[in-house]
Amino acid sequence: MATDGGTLIHPSGERYVAPGTLVPPRGERYTGAIITDKIADLVLVRPMGRGFYIGFIVTSAFTLLFLVAISYLFATGVGIWGVNQPVAWAFALTNFVWWVGIGHAGTFISAFLLLLRQHWRTSVNRFAEAMTIFAVAMAGLMPILHLGRPWFAYWLVPYPDVMNIWPQWRSPLIWDIFAIATYIIVSILFWYMGLIPDLASLRDRAQSRTKQIAYGLFALGWRGEARQWFRFETAYLLMAGLATPLVISVHTVVSLDFSFGLVPGWHSTIFPPYFVDGALYSGFAMAIVLAVPLRAIFRLRDFITVDHLSKMAILLLVTGEIVFYSYVVEAFNAYYSADAYEIAMIKIRYFGPYAPISWSVILCNVLIPQALWSGKLRRNPLALFCLGMVVLLGMWLERFMIIVASLERDFLPSSWHMFYPTFWDLATLAGSVGAFAFMFLLFLRFLPAISMSELRKEAREKPIRASA
Amino acid sequence: MPRFGAGYNRRDFMKLMGASLALAGTAGCSHGPLDKLVPYRNGPAEQTYGKPVFYASALPRDGYGVGVLVETNMGRPTKIEGNPQHPASLGATDVFLQASVLELWDPDRSQTVRRGKSIATWNDFLGTLQSPLADLAARGGAGLRILTETITSPSLAAQIHSLLERYPAAKWHQWQPINHDNLHAGATLAYGEPLDTIYRFDRARVVVAFDGDFLDDAPGFVRYALDFSTTREAHAAPERRSRLYALECTPTLTGAAADHRWPLRASDMIVALRELAAALGATTADSATTSAIPAQWMPSLVADLQANASASIVTAGRRQPPEVHALVHVLNAHLRNVGNTVLHIPPVVAQPKDQQASLRSLVDDMRQGHVQIIVIVGANPVYTAPVDLEFARALEQVPLKVHSGLYVDETALRCDWHVPAAHPLESFGDLRAFDGTLALAQPGIAPLYDGKSAHEIVATLAGDAASGNRELVEAYWRSAHATDFASFHETSLREGVIRESAPASVTPQLRREAVERAVSSHNAQSDAAAAADDIELVFVPDARTGDGRHANNAWLQELPKPLTQLTWDNAALLSPALAKRLGIASEDVIEIGTGDERLDVAAWIVPGIPDRSVTLALGYGRTAAGRIGNGRGVDAYRIRASDAPWIRNGITIARTGRTYALACAQTHHSIDGRDIVRTYTVSEAQACKPDVCGTPRYRDERTLYETPPMGPYAWAMSVDLSSCIGCGACTIACQAENNIPTVGADEVRNGREMHWIRVDRYYEGVVDDPRTLFQPVPCMQCEHAPCEVVCPVEASVHDAQGINVQVYNRCVGTRFCSNNCPYKVRRFNFLRYVDDVPGLDAQRNPEVTVRMRGVMEKCNYCLQRIQNAKIGADIEGRRVRDGEVVTACQAVCPTRAIVFGDLNDPQSAVNRRKNSPLDYALLAELNTRPRTTYLGRVTNPSPMLASFEASRHAPEPPPAGAVDTRPPSNR
Repeated sequence: MATDGGTLIHPSGERYVAPGTLVPPRGERYTGAIITDKIADLVLVRPMGRGFYIGFIVTSAFTLLFLVAISYLFATGVGIWGVNQPVAWAFALTNFVWWVGIGHAGTFISAFLLLLRQHWRTSVNRFAEAMTIFAVAMAGLMPILHLGRPWFAYWLVPYPDVMNIWPQWRSPLIWDIFAIATYIIVSILFWYMGLIPDLASLRDRAQSRTKQIAYGLFALGWRGEARQWFRFETAYLLMAGLATPLVISVHTVVSLDFSFGLVPGWHSTIFPPYFVDGALYSGFAMAIVLAVPLRAIFRLRDFITVDHLSKMAILLLVTGEIVFYSYVVEAFNAYYSADAYEIAMIKIRYFGPYAPISWSVILCNVLIPQALWSGKLRRNPLALFCLGMVVLLGMWLERFMIIVASLERDFLPSSWHMFYPTFWDLATLAGSVGAFAFMFLLFLRFLPAISMSELRKEAREKPIRASA
Repeated sequence: MPRFGAGYNRRDFMKLMGASLALAGTAGCSHGPLDKLVPYRNGPAEQTYGKPVFYASALPRDGYGVGVLVETNMGRPTKIEGNPQHPASLGATDVFLQASVLELWDPDRSQTVRRGKSIATWNDFLGTLQSPLADLAARGGAGLRILTETITSPSLAAQIHSLLERYPAAKWHQWQPINHDNLHAGATLAYGEPLDTIYRFDRARVVVAFDGDFLDDAPGFVRYALDFSTTREAHAAPERRSRLYALECTPTLTGAAADHRWPLRASDMIVALRELAAALGATTADSATTSAIPAQWMPSLVADLQANASASIVTAGRRQPPEVHALVHVLNAHLRNVGNTVLHIPPVVAQPKDQQASLRSLVDDMRQGHVQIIVIVGANPVYTAPVDLEFARALEQVPLKVHSGLYVDETALRCDWHVPAAHPLESFGDLRAFDGTLALAQPGIAPLYDGKSAHEIVATLAGDAASGNRELVEAYWRSAHATDFASFHETSLREGVIRESAPASVTPQLRREAVERAVSSHNAQSDAAAAADDIELVFVPDARTGDGRHANNAWLQELPKPLTQLTWDNAALLSPALAKRLGIASEDVIEIGTGDERLDVAAWIVPGIPDRSVTLALGYGRTAAGRIGNGRGVDAYRIRASDAPWIRNGITIARTGRTYALACAQTHHSIDGRDIVRTYTVSEAQACKPDVCGTPRYRDERTLYETPPMGPYAWAMSVDLSSCIGCGACTIACQAENNIPTVGADEVRNGREMHWIRVDRYYEGVVDDPRTLFQPVPCMQCEHAPCEVVCPVEASVHDAQGINVQVYNRCVGTRFCSNNCPYKVRRFNFLRYVDDVPGLDAQRNPEVTVRMRGVMEKCNYCLQRIQNAKIGADIEGRRVRDGEVVTACQAVCPTRAIVFGDLNDPQSAVNRRKNSPLDYALLAELNTRPRTTYLGRVTNPSPMLASFEASRHAPEPPPAGAVDTRPPSNR
C-alpha cells in the first residue's frame, strides 16, 4: 500500500477517497480483495474519528454508572431498588428477559438462517452474533445482581460441596443457569469459530507487531488451506446445528421462570412460544437498530443493503404479528378459563394502575409496527431504525408489564402494592445499555463487523455491485 | 428509620482506641481477684443455663395492672406473656405490654441523673434536696407538690398519704391525658360516688355500645375481649351467643366486631342514648325530635334489650361526657343488668379525683407562686396538658422542679433535676387491675441505669433515701400481712396475683332524677351549640403510641393501626363524604382550627366515620421522645383544650395545598368480591354442612412429586375469624418472639414491612359505612408449598412435621418464593434491617436466628417453641400433649382466635376446629393444602334488621376500587 500526497493508493489501483471508503467504480462488482480491504481496513487502518471518541466517552460514562450502581448495590442490598413485597422482581428481571431476548436474533440469524441456507445472512451475522454475546452478557449479570446475597450466586451451580447439597432441580431458576450458561458458551464458540479466518486475515494485514501477535494468537494458526476450510465448514455447520435449538430452548426456559409460578399473568402455557417469539422480535429490532448506523457510518451500504434491512423488517413484522396474537390469546385464555384471578389480571393489566404501560406495549409492539406492511417503509433505513427503537422500548415495557403488573396484584388484595423504580433501577438499566454499547464499540474497533471470509464466498456466487 | 447507625466518627474511634490501649495497660497491673469468685457451675436456683425463666409480675396499663409472666433469658427480660391467673389477662396481653420489653431495652431511655443539661449523680440530687426539704418540714410542706399519673398501687398511695401527713400543706396532683374523669363523674352523677363499673360480657346476650371502646382500650379490655369472644366464636352455643349494636364515631375494633354498626357523631351519642332510654321507658323525658338512632333500629333494639333484661349491657366510651355515662347507668339499672352483667365496685384508682381539675389547680398555684418544689413522677404534662393551661409557662414559676421518668422527655427538659425512673420490668411494686384485683410486681432485671422507682422518689421526699424499692413495697405488705407475710409474699409473687383481693361489688342507690336533670341541661347546651354545618373534632388515644408515651417504641410505631392500617404517623381521619365536600384527598395536609389554635395535619379518608366529624389521635408530634419518636406525626395536644378534651365542636378545616406521605401498610382495602373472608349469619352457619359451605380444603389430585414422609407430628393452625377482633397483638407478639426487625416509615411505604403475621383489614359494602373484616395471615405452611418448588438452592424446604421451613443460611435471596406465595407471607431483608445496638440486642430471643440482609424469612409456627416442647416430651418419653405447644401469636391473643396443635392427634383442639363445616382454607382452589385454615366469621344480626342491612350493604360486592381510599401516591 502506498501513499500519494496523503491519498492512499491501493495496490489494485483503486483510490481511497478517504480511509475505509474504498469502493469499486459504480456498477462494478466487489472483488474478494476489495471486500477484505474494505472491512479489514475499518479495523486496521481507519483512525478513530471524533464521532467514535464521543461515542466511546458517552458509553464508558454509562458503563461507569453501571459499575457504580453495581458497587452500591453489593454494598447496600437490593433495597436500593424499588422492589418490595409483593413486587419482589422488577427491573433486574425485566432487563434480564429483555437482554436475553435481544440476544436471540443474533443466534437466529447466524445459525438458524445458516441451516436454512439464507445467504443474505452473511452480511449481518457477525455483528448480530456480537450483539448476542454482549446482550447475553448483560442478561447474565442481571439475575446475579438481583440476588439478596449475590456473593453466594455460585450455590445455584451444581458443584461437589462438603455439605453435599445440590441445587433444587425443580426450580426453573436452576434450568435458567444451564440454559443461559449453555447459550453464552455456544454463542461465544460459534462466534469465535466464525471469526478465525477473518482473524487470520487481520493478522496478515496488520502492520504493528502487537496487532500481528494479538490477531495471530487468536487466529490459531489459520492458513486458509483447503483442509482447514473443509474442517472449518463442517465444524461451523455443526455448531450452527447446536446453536439452533438454543434459540428455542433458552427463552423457553426463561419463560418457565414465570409460567412455572402461580401468579396470574405468569401461569400460562402460552409463555414458551410467546417468549421465544418476543425474543426474536426484540432481537431483530436491535439488529436493525445496530445495522442502520453501522452501514451509514462505515459506508457498508453495499454489503448491508436495503434488501437485507427489508428482509429483517419482514421478520420483524412476522414476529410482531405473533406477539400480537399472543396478547390476544392471553386475554382470551383468561376469560375462557373463567378463572376469576386470571380475568382480574387482564382487567388490571389494561385498566389498572399500570394500564399506561400496557397500552404503550400495544402501541409500540402492535400498532406502530403495522407500518411494516408498507414495502416502501421496509426499504427506508431511517424509518426502520426508528421502528426498531420503538419495538425495543415496547418489548422492554412488555416484560415489565408481565413481571411487575402481574406481581403487583395477585390473589389477596391486602398485599397489593405498587412498584416505583428508584434512581438505581434506572441507573442499572441505563448502565447496562451503556455497557452493551461500549462493548459493541470495542468490537467494531477491534474485530471485523462483517464476516470477510463469508462475504467473499458470497460475492463469488452472487456478485455484489457497487452502488455509488 | 429505627436504625441506629454505627455512630462512630474518626475522633470517637481514636478516643476509644486510646482509652482501650490505656486500659489494656492497666490490665497488666491487676492483682488477681479481690473477692472470692464462684464459677458458674451451679447457677442460681431455678436457673438452668440456656433455659428461660418466667417471673410472674404485673405491668401498668394506663395505671391499671395487668398480670404478666416475664420471660427472662440469662437474666434478660425478652418477652412478655399474660398471666393465666390474673383476671385482667387470663393469659393474654395487649400490644403495649408486648412492646414493653423493647421499651426496657430502649437505648434512648434516660440513663443518668441530670441537673439541667448536665450529668449529675443521685447523691448530688439528694444533697440539693436537703435544704429545701428541711425548709419544707418547717413550713409543714407548704409549696411542695407531687404530680403523678393515675395510681392504683396501694403501697405507693400509702406512701404518698403518709408523706402528706408529714407535710400537711403539701398537695398531690394527678394527671394523665387519657384519664377516667368522665367515667368517675358519670358514676358520681348516677350514684353519688365515683364507682368503677366492670362488665361481664360472657353473660351478656345483647350489648349496645355508644362510642364504645370496650374492645379497644378500656381498662380490662383484654379480659373483656375474651369474655366477649366466648359469646361470639364460630361455634358459640346458641344460648350464649350475643348480639352487638355499636353506634360509634371513629371506627374502632368494637364497631368492627358489631353485628349492627351505625356511624354517629360523638356529639350526638347523648341524643341517641336519650332516644333509647325513652323508648325503653327508662326515663320520663320525652324523646328528642332529631333521630340519632335509625328508625329501623329502634324496634329491634328495644325488643332485644327487653327480651334480655338482666343479660344485656349498655356501655359508653370514655370520651363521652359524664351525662352519657350517668344515663348508661340508668339504662343498665332499668334493664336489671346491675349485679348481673354490670357490676359496680369501689374505685380502683387510689384517688378518684377529677384529674383535669387537679392539674388546673396545680397550674393556678404555680402561676401564683405558691409552689416551691414540684416533683413530677412519671407524668409528662408539658407535652400532655391541655393547651390552654399553658403548663410549661406556669412551670417556669417554680423554683425547684424535679422530674422522674423513663425518658428525658419534654417535661424533663424544663425541670431542674431529672432522675431516671426504673422501668416497671426493673422494679417491685403492686398494682390493681380493672376489677380491683391486686398483684405484686417484681423485676425481671436490676435497673439498667440505676433508675429509681416512684416508691423511692416519694420515700426520698419523706426523708428516707436509704430504703430501696423492694423494702418500701414489702414494708407496706408486711404491715398488711403481719402474721403470714412470708407465705403471703411467696405465694403472691409466685402466682402473680394476690388471692381474693378483688373487691366485692356494691349495689349503690341510683339517683335517677339527678341524672335526668343533668342530661336535659346538657342537652340544652349542646342543642344550642349544634349547627347544621358544625364539624366536630374527636380526640382519641392513639392505638399504638397511647397518649404519646410509647412514641419511641419502634415495634408499636410500625404495627399497623387497626382499621386505618397506618404506621408511624397520626392523621386527621375523616369520612369520604366530608372529604369529597371539602375537596380533600388522603395525604393532603389540612389545617384544623379550633378557636385560636391551628394545627396542620395530613388527612386520611376512612370509611365508616360519620359525616361532619374528624378524628385525631393523640400521642404524636413528640419533640423529646427519642430517636424513634421525635418528629413523627403531629401533636394533637396543641389544639386540645381543657373545655373540650375529647370532643370539640365547631372546628374549621382549610386546605393547605401541601401533602404529606403517610405510611399505610395496606394499600388496597376492598375485598373485591373474592372468597377470602367467609361470613355467615348464625342461621347460615347452623345450616352449614361440609358440602354446602364452600370448597373442600384441598383436592386429592395426582402429583408428580412424592409426598414427603410425615413424622409423628403434623402441626396445624386454625384461626377463628368470628373471635378475632383485629387488635394486632399477634403481630407484635410474633415480632418480640422471633426477633423481627422494624424497617421505618419509608420502608413501610415501599411495602417492605417484616411482620410474619399480619392482620388484613378489608371493607365490604357501602363506602360510608362498610362492613369491616379482619383476617390474621401467618404462613399457611402449605403441604404443597409453591415456595418450595421454585427455590433454586433448597432454602425453602418442608420438614417431617409439615412445617415449611426457611433455611436462612442457605438462602441466596432470589425472592422467587415470595413471588410464588399466593398469600404473600414471606418477608425479605431488602436492606440490613437489624441493628447491632448494645441494649437492643439484649432483647432478642436467643433461640431464634437474627437474619442478615438479602435473606427471606417467614413464620415457622414458632419452631423453637415446638422444639422445646418436643425435647421436654422426649425426656419424659411421651408424645407432646395437645396444647403444650403455644405459638407466640396464639398465646397473646385476647380472644383465643388462634388454636395450634397436632393434626395426628384426633382429639386435638385444632382437629376439632378443622372438623367444623365452617372451616375453610384460604385460596383452596390453588390446592396448596394449607395447614393454617380459618373458621368463617359468624355474625348474629337481628332478623328484624335484615332488610334494612340488606338495603345498606349491597349483596353484590362493590366493583374493584369502589372503596378505594388509597392516596394518589399509592394508587
